[in-house]
Amino acid sequence: MTTLQSQPNHAGDAHGADGAHDGAHGSAEHAKYPFLQHHFDTPHHQFDSAKLGMWLFLATEVLFFGGLFVAYAVLRNRFPEVFSYSSHYLDTIMGGINTCVLILSSLTMALAVRFAQTNRKTGLIICLILTFMGAIGFMVIKYFEYSHKIHDNLVWGTTFYVPPHDAAGELEAKELSVAPTTSITLNPVNPAVFAVPTLAPTPAVDASAIKQASRAPAGMATPTQMAKAEGLPTGEHDPSFAHPATHLVDKKMPANSHVFFAIYYAMTGLHGVHVLAGMVVIAWLLKRAIRGDFSSDYFTPVDVGGLYWHIVDLIWIFLFPLFYLIH
Amino acid sequence: MTTINLSQPLDTAARPDNYITHTRGFMSWAFTLDHKRIGVMYLVSVLVSFFVGGVFALLVRTELLTPGQTIPGVTADVYNHFFTLHGAIMVFLVIIPSIPAALGNFIMPIMLGAKDVAFPRLNLFSYYLWIFGALFTVSSLLLGGFDTGWTFYTPYSTTTPAGGVIPALTGVFILGFSSIFTGLNFIVTVHKLRPPGMTWFRMPLFLWAIYATAIIQVLATPVLGITLLLLIVERAFNIGIFDPSMGGDPVLYQHFFWFYSHPAVYIMILPAMGIISELISVHAHRHIFGYKFIALSSIAIAIFSFLVWGHHMFISGQSPLLNTLFSLISFSVAIPSAVKVFNWMSTLYKGNIVLNTPMLYALAFLVLFTIGGLTGIHLATLNTDVHLHDTYFVVAHFHYVMMGSALIGMIGGLHHWWPKITGRMYNENLGRIGCITVFIGFNVTFFTQFFLGSQGMPRRYYDYQPEYQIYHVISTIGSYIMASGFLLTAYYLLASLFGGRLAPANPWGGRSLEWQCASPPPFDNFSTQPRVGDCYDFSAIRWDEKEQGYVVDRALDPTLNPNLAAKNSH
Repeated sequence: MTTLQSQPNHAGDAHGADGAHDGAHGSAEHAKYPFLQHHFDTPHHQFDSAKLGMWLFLATEVLFFGGLFVAYAVLRNRFPEVFSYSSHYLDTIMGGINTCVLILSSLTMALAVRFAQTNRKTGLIICLILTFMGAIGFMVIKYFEYSHKIHDNLVWGTTFYVPPHDAAGELEAKELSVAPTTSITLNPVNPAVFAVPTLAPTPAVDASAIKQASRAPAGMATPTQMAKAEGLPTGEHDPSFAHPATHLVDKKMPANSHVFFAIYYAMTGLHGVHVLAGMVVIAWLLKRAIRGDFSSDYFTPVDVGGLYWHIVDLIWIFLFPLFYLIH
Repeated sequence: MTTINLSQPLDTAARPDNYITHTRGFMSWAFTLDHKRIGVMYLVSVLVSFFVGGVFALLVRTELLTPGQTIPGVTADVYNHFFTLHGAIMVFLVIIPSIPAALGNFIMPIMLGAKDVAFPRLNLFSYYLWIFGALFTVSSLLLGGFDTGWTFYTPYSTTTPAGGVIPALTGVFILGFSSIFTGLNFIVTVHKLRPPGMTWFRMPLFLWAIYATAIIQVLATPVLGITLLLLIVERAFNIGIFDPSMGGDPVLYQHFFWFYSHPAVYIMILPAMGIISELISVHAHRHIFGYKFIALSSIAIAIFSFLVWGHHMFISGQSPLLNTLFSLISFSVAIPSAVKVFNWMSTLYKGNIVLNTPMLYALAFLVLFTIGGLTGIHLATLNTDVHLHDTYFVVAHFHYVMMGSALIGMIGGLHHWWPKITGRMYNENLGRIGCITVFIGFNVTFFTQFFLGSQGMPRRYYDYQPEYQIYHVISTIGSYIMASGFLLTAYYLLASLFGGRLAPANPWGGRSLEWQCASPPPFDNFSTQPRVGDCYDFSAIRWDEKEQGYVVDRALDPTLNPNLAAKNSH
């Protein structure tokens, strides 16, 4: 906005010079600026409208994530022990690197906007490429985080308590920090360890039938018993056996720990989708920048695209401490 | 500064080149960026959905004629699918987009003297989002349907075996974004595209209402979006945010859902209130009474709308403190609503009332909205709500508000702007008959349900005790009367397209800018920036025998006659 005002005022000139013999409002402007849409009077008018629209869109984004933040608050209030326990499974170093990557990419995006406003095409292109690289870097680190957790069976839903069949058979004791236990004793303090998820497909039930609880009362079955019932290797007689899901044999794990990972994947996953959308936007800006579409007269897409990228960063700034730094 | 030439004609002469004839062919409509064409496409889509939703309503009412099964083949399960589809289609496909997206799209930029909305491409995108959302919602029928009610309450919605729940949720999620983008577009349009001279307090009240609605659309709908997204994930992966068997909180779902869906009720009613302000003032030929109060009460309702969602959960285990607060705030919504009703009544007082179809719809709105609003007070009262919760009393109440007010307002607006949109006049007598039939049918249908509900008949039930049957029979007969009224309306509106008299630019004597361009409007709306004055000052409006419509007497108009304006400003 301020930079626009520092430009020569084309709008004023046009009114003075051409306005008199040109009856229709604003048509001189339209001849001068091909990007100016027919329902706006001046480039400034168009820019202001686009910027207001983007800010409103950011407001909807805040409310969209706001729902998730409320869900986070409600669940954390309900299961504080789950959050402080499960947070240990997140990799603070990776999350911290990702935070830095996103903050740096915000800086390059802000520089890109500045370069667009000051007609420096090369700087604009370099900064957009750097921002795009930052987005890729974030997603790559996120990919490693996710795949590591999925490998360790730190996932959502009932699967959290039952390792997938193939994973259960693998012998990966050397990767584990927690020694495999040969037998699991009953621990009533920690009922979640003995959760019995509904493994069989839900039978066709009456519409009015209420779903049964997927967790049995404490002590009904141990993971070992469950594995036996499923015909899976249990490791009872094989000291070298371990499945990668260390949390299942951790007696300190509080009940309902899967809830932490549910909200973790929901929030970081949705944020990841926004990063991907941001990459599409940056790639589109890059294409247009290389084509030479932007100048000090017209940099609206870079400006509003930048705003979007900053909100994506900003959401991560909140996600990082809320998930990684709470223990 | 351009000087005003008094002999220069207004831009109202009907021209062969208008927005309908400007370009031709299917593609010229499918890829149009013109707000008028997008508005018309919305209008057609919404009316088709209204027909489909109406058929489901008639099926529900017919099934309830007798206790137990009435229609062969309609079991309790099928009945659950019917009322769910009726509710979901009517709320998400019809009422929410009906006024803002259909009529608002067409009328709002013209009322502003603008050439288009701020973001025409986003506007077209919203329309296609609507289409995709509608396709998803309807495709759920082929995938096993959904029987959750339009509210999708957990844990039933995450456990029901009906196969169409996820497609329906996806459809509503997409429809939500269509609504968000429309609202966003309209806020920017009102802020940035008002013509010189149109200050905030010179805007037509319809624009105030659309603006207030857009604020709710932008701020509330994202919460619905995330709620539905979580519900889809919950159903697909059982993640445990809403499902109590997995440690989740089903009441959290209710909070999320109503945080959107209560404001959504005002997304439905506020634009209808805006239409009523226009209809009553124009067809009573009298300056609107209490302009600022009506305008600001729209904003007040928009603000209140965010603070009352808890009144849907009085018996869901909410704390007594929250119940009391939500009850109190819900009562206070009556204040801005009553401000509007009293101002409309005062506008009518000593007005030169013409009892044509739009005015009849406006009067019907006043009656139905008053009944709907006052019965809301019973439901906002904590102790009576314990008895009335989830009974037919609630059904009757929200039909008075959502259908009797929002949809009746929309149909009134459709009649008001029909000559502008299509360039044709409909048959006035048939219009009156249609309106009266709908009004009678509506009251027979839904007033009966107040009795039914207060005597304990629960909503959404397939079967009932024999003593309720007489009420159900009366209610069903009423729904048939109403349907015949709507069919008559559909008939004469469609007939007017082919044989209707050509509409003058200003058939009713309106003063806002849309009556100052031709019917139907030219592609660019206005070739010159129109002058803006007081859009409720009818003193310069004269009937013109040659035009068979109203014209502005330029000598008497302060905005067109600079001498008069100079005199007034001193």
